[in-house]
Amino acid sequence: MKCSIASDKFRRKFAEQIEEICGERISLCYQCGKCSAGCPVAYAMDYLPSQITRFAQLGLIDKVMKSSTIWICASCQTCSVRCPRGIDLAKVMDALRILAKRKGIVPKEQIAPLFDGIFLGSIEKYGRLNELSLITKLNMASGRPFKDVSLLPIMLKKGKIKLKPQKSNPGKEVRYLMRKVEKLESK
Amino acid sequence: MARIGVFVCHCGTNISATVDVKKVAEIAKGFPGVKFATDYRYMCSEPGQDLIQKMVKEHNLTRIVVAACSPSLHEKTFRTCTQNAGLNPYFFEMANIREQCSWVHDDREEATLKAIDIVKLATAKVGKNNPLQTTFIPVEKKVLIIGGGISGIQAAIDVAFNGFKAVIVEREPSIGGRMAMFDKTFPTLDCAACILTPKMVEVNQSDLIKLYTYSEVEEVSGYVGNFKVKIRRKARLVDENKCNGCGTCWQRCPVRLPSEFDMNLGKRKAIYVPFPQAVPNVPVIDQKHCLYINKKKCGICKKVCPFEAIDYEQEDEVIEEQFGAIIVATGFTMFDHSIYGEYGYGKYKNVTTGLHFERMLNSSGPTGGKIVRPSDGKEAKKVVFIQCVGSRDEARGMPYCSRLCCMYTAKQALLLKEHNPEAEAYVFYIDIRAAGKNYEEFVERVQDEYGATYLRGRVSKIFQRNGRLMVRGCDTLSGTQIEIDADLVVLATALIARPDAIKLAQMLHIPYDQNRLFTEAHPKLAPVETVTTGVFLTGACQSPKDIPDTVATASAASVKACGLLSHEKLPIDPQIARVDVEICSGCLACKEVCPFGAIEKEEIVDRVTQQKRWVAKVAPSLCNGCGACNTACRPGAIDLDGFTEEQIFGQIESLTADKGNER
Repeated sequence: MKCSIASDKFRRKFAEQIEEICGERISLCYQCGKCSAGCPVAYAMDYLPSQITRFAQLGLIDKVMKSSTIWICASCQTCSVRCPRGIDLAKVMDALRILAKRKGIVPKEQIAPLFDGIFLGSIEKYGRLNELSLITKLNMASGRPFKDVSLLPIMLKKGKIKLKPQKSNPGKEVRYLMRKVEKLESK
Repeated sequence: MARIGVFVCHCGTNISATVDVKKVAEIAKGFPGVKFATDYRYMCSEPGQDLIQKMVKEHNLTRIVVAACSPSLHEKTFRTCTQNAGLNPYFFEMANIREQCSWVHDDREEATLKAIDIVKLATAKVGKNNPLQTTFIPVEKKVLIIGGGISGIQAAIDVAFNGFKAVIVEREPSIGGRMAMFDKTFPTLDCAACILTPKMVEVNQSDLIKLYTYSEVEEVSGYVGNFKVKIRRKARLVDENKCNGCGTCWQRCPVRLPSEFDMNLGKRKAIYVPFPQAVPNVPVIDQKHCLYINKKKCGICKKVCPFEAIDYEQEDEVIEEQFGAIIVATGFTMFDHSIYGEYGYGKYKNVTTGLHFERMLNSSGPTGGKIVRPSDGKEAKKVVFIQCVGSRDEARGMPYCSRLCCMYTAKQALLLKEHNPEAEAYVFYIDIRAAGKNYEEFVERVQDEYGATYLRGRVSKIFQRNGRLMVRGCDTLSGTQIEIDADLVVLATALIARPDAIKLAQMLHIPYDQNRLFTEAHPKLAPVETVTTGVFLTGACQSPKDIPDTVATASAASVKACGLLSHEKLPIDPQIARVDVEICSGCLACKEVCPFGAIEKEEIVDRVTQQKRWVAKVAPSLCNGCGACNTACRPGAIDLDGFTEEQIFGQIESLTADKGNER
């Protein structure tokens, strides 16, 4: 029933963590709802983007981390460009995802984190994205192996995907980026 | 026989779209006494007015009817026009065929018939109009200001700046009012005393301003230009002329009492000045608690006073003065929140109000600027502010928004954080209303920079758990019920009218609303005037106002008052009630119904019996010509100039005569 909000100190620390990762101050939010109003994927979220900000303000970390919202966010940045308080909410969502990964609270049913992992793995290996392996691995991992099979011949015919991975040399830059991502996530 | 001219206005298409104005003018030509009738696009325009004046000369007209808009809009215009045409200005009537006809109908034929009837009524009346003359009354060049808070102080300064005399009557021993109790003011965080005391000193030093502190207005009679006011100067038991405020008396007084100025958080003596910067700096003896007055013991103050200023025998004194105008600046009082049992006021010592907190913040206040728990005097680190206590609550409080609680709560949260950066501030609010210059920015700073936690929702309950004060509320934005353990709870109680506001309103003949707030003459266009000419409003007695708004209305009211005083004589509308003393039976039923207190009793010698008897007498400057007395008068002794019975019955006859024939 009752939910004691987190202590002042705890909330300040949480807000500081977010600010450290993405440079955005959630305390600026005055809950106008502009972000939620314009979010194109809000229909699929369990909480609206503005509610997530509110939970974050009150330090209700569990609610934030366990919500589908932060994973469903497509980072389209509609909210960011429209926010009257100048908060880049897409960045905040990024930060919340990072924090969730750090704490290891990633809901099992979420595909987005899987996708991110496989996507980055492909980049690391080939220097660029291999669509076929991404689709296959993702569908296998999420337990839906035949999900996109019917699309395969059409996409092959149109040259949208190749059977053989196209390699470009994953040079210094890519390795540097990968290290940075790892560092950010494991901090 | 009157020669009537009828002028029908198109008002662009406002009238002509719905009313066949040409037909109205054509038919009006056939009404009794009408010698000329025409229509014109805009009668109020200069060519329109020229047309009237030209036709008066050409057709030798003696009465004018303009069929156009509401008299409240252009009656004055056409009265002047009639006067410029060489006629008595009251030989004019306005037929309202816009607001009362074209605007409210859409059937052109019916509307035209109605317009014809309206014009007919006006022509029937105007033929019976009497020439009326504007009369004048002299003006006493002095303003009475009731209330010595920031509102009254500013008004007095502005009146004096305009070169007129002002008298402030203040109930408390010192001027300064509520503002003197505040610590800092939003949104600039100016110290309240630093910006108020120079004004208090200015008032005290001005040759044009007289201060009656510890005094109350007891009776008001008369009318604009000549108000007669009785003022009770309560016995201070200290001679204001002898005392120089040295302070020896209150230092030596043995009686310690809770200080009202410090919201009972501090102490004062039985002889005291409410606060160090008091103006005048003359103490007053609390007769209820003084040992000498009650038990004939002590008498120390009298013994130690080096100026022999203490006078136990002093008595209340009632003085009478005359004023040309009155400015009401009586301010507000705080809502009694004990009605909210769930907030535990009275039960828990650490549940206080905004004013208590304000005194605690003040470095010269009872705690020396420390925020403490009243229960044990220990520092309060976790403070919960609750807004809208008594405001926006039709069921148990006031229906209105008190307007400044959002801002002062934000300020108090900020000051709490400044006093102690480790302190936590929680604010329960419904909406944040920060509609003022730099207000929104201020609240945002408090939330973002100072980290005050704003929770959107009312508090349901304050209770005690394990010796801690628990506040249970809700945050509707996150949809969570919330419990906070608090050291101190600060209630932002509603600003309400003073309990004796009605008494003063009746004294001044000014209306008040369902919340006992004084009513302005017009909410938009006459915000500081009242319907009683010469009585003006400023500050929170009209509606809750913050300091900037209060000062603005004070200046506005003083300009209006000085405007009146700048006339040697004031004109009064001659369309007022007239008593025929031959018929008047002296029953004074008229006096009972008059909302303006314009009717007095007068003794005359009866012409026939040569005996003295009472009759009603109308004070021309007070009468607004409403006609209430007219209808209340049983013998029919009262008539209303401009709306005489002859005129009204003439109108009725003009309509019914025809209608009878039709049937």
